Amino acid sequence: MGRRLDEELTMAAAQVIRSEWTKIRSVASTVWTLSLAVVVTVALGMLIAALSNNDFGNMSRNDRLSFDPTFISFAGMSLGQLAMIVFGVLVVSNEYSTGMIRTSLAAVPQRGAFLFSKIAVAGALALAVGLATSFVTFFLGQAMLGSHKASIGDSGVLRAVIGGGLYMTLIAVFSMGVATMLRSPMLSLGILMPFFFLISNILGNVSATKKVGRYLPDQAGSKIMRVVTPIDDDTPYGPWGGFAIMALWVVAALAGGYLLLKKRDA
Amino acid sequence: MIEAVGLTKRYGDKTAVHNLSFQVRPGAVTGFLGPNGSGKSTTMRMILGLDNPTAGTVTIGGYPYRKLPNAARQVGALLDAKAVHGGRHARNHLLCLAQLSGIPARRVDEVLGVVGLQDVARKRSKGFSLGMGQRLGIAAALLGDPQVLLFDEPVNGLDPEGILWVRNLMKSLAAEGRTVFVSSHLMSEMALTADHLIVIGRGQLLSDMSVTDFISANSADFARVRTPHTDPALREKLTSALTEAGGHVLPEQDGALRVTGLPLPRISDLAHECDVRLWELSPHQASLEEAYMRMTQGAVDYRSTVDQKAGLQQPLPPGVQPPMPVPGQGQPGWYAPPPPQQGYAPPQPFQTPPAASYGAYGAPGAPGAAPAPGGANPYAAPAQAPAAQTPAAPSATPAPAPAPAPDAAPTKSEDAR
Repeated sequence: MGRRLDEELTMAAAQVIRSEWTKIRSVASTVWTLSLAVVVTVALGMLIAALSNNDFGNMSRNDRLSFDPTFISFAGMSLGQLAMIVFGVLVVSNEYSTGMIRTSLAAVPQRGAFLFSKIAVAGALALAVGLATSFVTFFLGQAMLGSHKASIGDSGVLRAVIGGGLYMTLIAVFSMGVATMLRSPMLSLGILMPFFFLISNILGNVSATKKVGRYLPDQAGSKIMRVVTPIDDDTPYGPWGGFAIMALWVVAALAGGYLLLKKRDA
Repeated sequence: MIEAVGLTKRYGDKTAVHNLSFQVRPGAVTGFLGPNGSGKSTTMRMILGLDNPTAGTVTIGGYPYRKLPNAARQVGALLDAKAVHGGRHARNHLLCLAQLSGIPARRVDEVLGVVGLQDVARKRSKGFSLGMGQRLGIAAALLGDPQVLLFDEPVNGLDPEGILWVRNLMKSLAAEGRTVFVSSHLMSEMALTADHLIVIGRGQLLSDMSVTDFISANSADFARVRTPHTDPALREKLTSALTEAGGHVLPEQDGALRVTGLPLPRISDLAHECDVRLWELSPHQASLEEAYMRMTQGAVDYRSTVDQKAGLQQPLPPGVQPPMPVPGQGQPGWYAPPPPQQGYAPPQPFQTPPAASYGAYGAPGAPGAAPAPGGANPYAAPAQAPAAQTPAAPSATPAPAPAPAPDAAPTKSEDAR
């Protein structure tokens, strides 16, 4: 019995993956959100890199010491991640807002297999786009930085660039988990967008809340994109530690989504 | 075979389905009838394992749906025609559903042909009419060539040709030995399509019998009596005479009287005794629609009321009579008048049954749902003109039943529909 069930789950997963790929490539929102994520991240990264390069002469000594050319080229991600959030939310909540979820779950009653195969497909696409964005924005950003640029061979730089792609992927997957819990696209976007654009930044930068704020998913996760540690930085985790904290958030969001999907009426 | 045992679903304090037990057998079309909000869709969702029952079980071939091996190839369902992503074109919509169940892509083109959507296969479903959406939903249900099929209101929004097509499709699926379970709130449609009827109201079973049994158990006889419309006093006179003699008299919209409890010769004698001429005296059978409405009358959740138009009504010009209220407004126990085609012979037999169904669409909740006084009653509108002007009405002799689907209970009279 267990064997047959395993085989069925594997088969269901393979079928859902094919089906989800058809779903994801056949709607316009996929292309729009993902290309927006690329364009915004790269363009804003280049702009800020160019501005920093011009401004370098006026910086204080501390700022010059903690000048992190790699991280500066990723500055566009604060906006680009919002498009990734929209992508993640839409992939899941489209099912609910159209009512497709009932047809889908009637076809695949194994709800866990359905959800995780769906997230695997969307996550893989986000990873591919995220990595490409990260490399493009790094190289174009460094080109703008002139003499202050970092090289991909420098210590920690390759890790930061790959980390940038992973960061964008996890942001998208986290949004998928939240959207699975909340179902409504408006509600999900209404919570996630201001949270990542404003609230998290405020909590992470105001000294009173800094100690809590740095455990939020994006604050912790973005640590992986840093190569130079700022002076007087007392963050108690390293790049991979921060990434692990973000991954825990993602796991929690997915687990919540899975439990709710399994339990509640479709 | 679908089997429900003590199926119950509660949402908070509201009980949507209560202790429902029934069986849906293979080789027949089983109609699932009930007013809006009576729990039909909830029951369908529980059959498909989408909603968990609060109590009781429902199984398909002995398995609860979520344990059914290869469920998507065994069961096909149309739940909601609008449940498609509008930006995805029809073929991709079906393709992702096919891939979800491991069905080859060529089957997608096959079912698109079956439902007649091959020409719009690459059009975004956003631009589809409700009828095209229904066809797409039916295509999705047929994808896996399943033995068990569930359709929730499949004819909603379809044109007459589409309604006829769905009706024949259901019958042919059942004739192939499949289990076909179709929900509807239209008795007239089900009487033509289904072999067996399950009627629910407020989530409870009201009736579970074959269509033939339902017809013989529920069609009551009545007589239609028409007095000269030139003299309303005559009608009043006859009404009181008939009531005194123990008959039950109900006025119809066009001025005729519907009499139950008295045989036709007795009515004629009574009219003769009180010196009232008759323009019509005809035997009728109450339609199934009426029987169904009587049955579900106590179980209608959403009942329309008379529009009081307080403060909105224009004062009537002097000398104009206020419009007569439509009989049935606010009268408990009143049931809807017969379908429109009674008053005249159908010009084109093939178009009549769908037209009748459309007529019934107009008055979904019927007894209470009769429209405001003076407004157009979808039942009455077509009948009024011919019946009133031609007192010798062909309605006396039920028009020959048009047979769009030859096996659709050929013995049924026009009235019985």
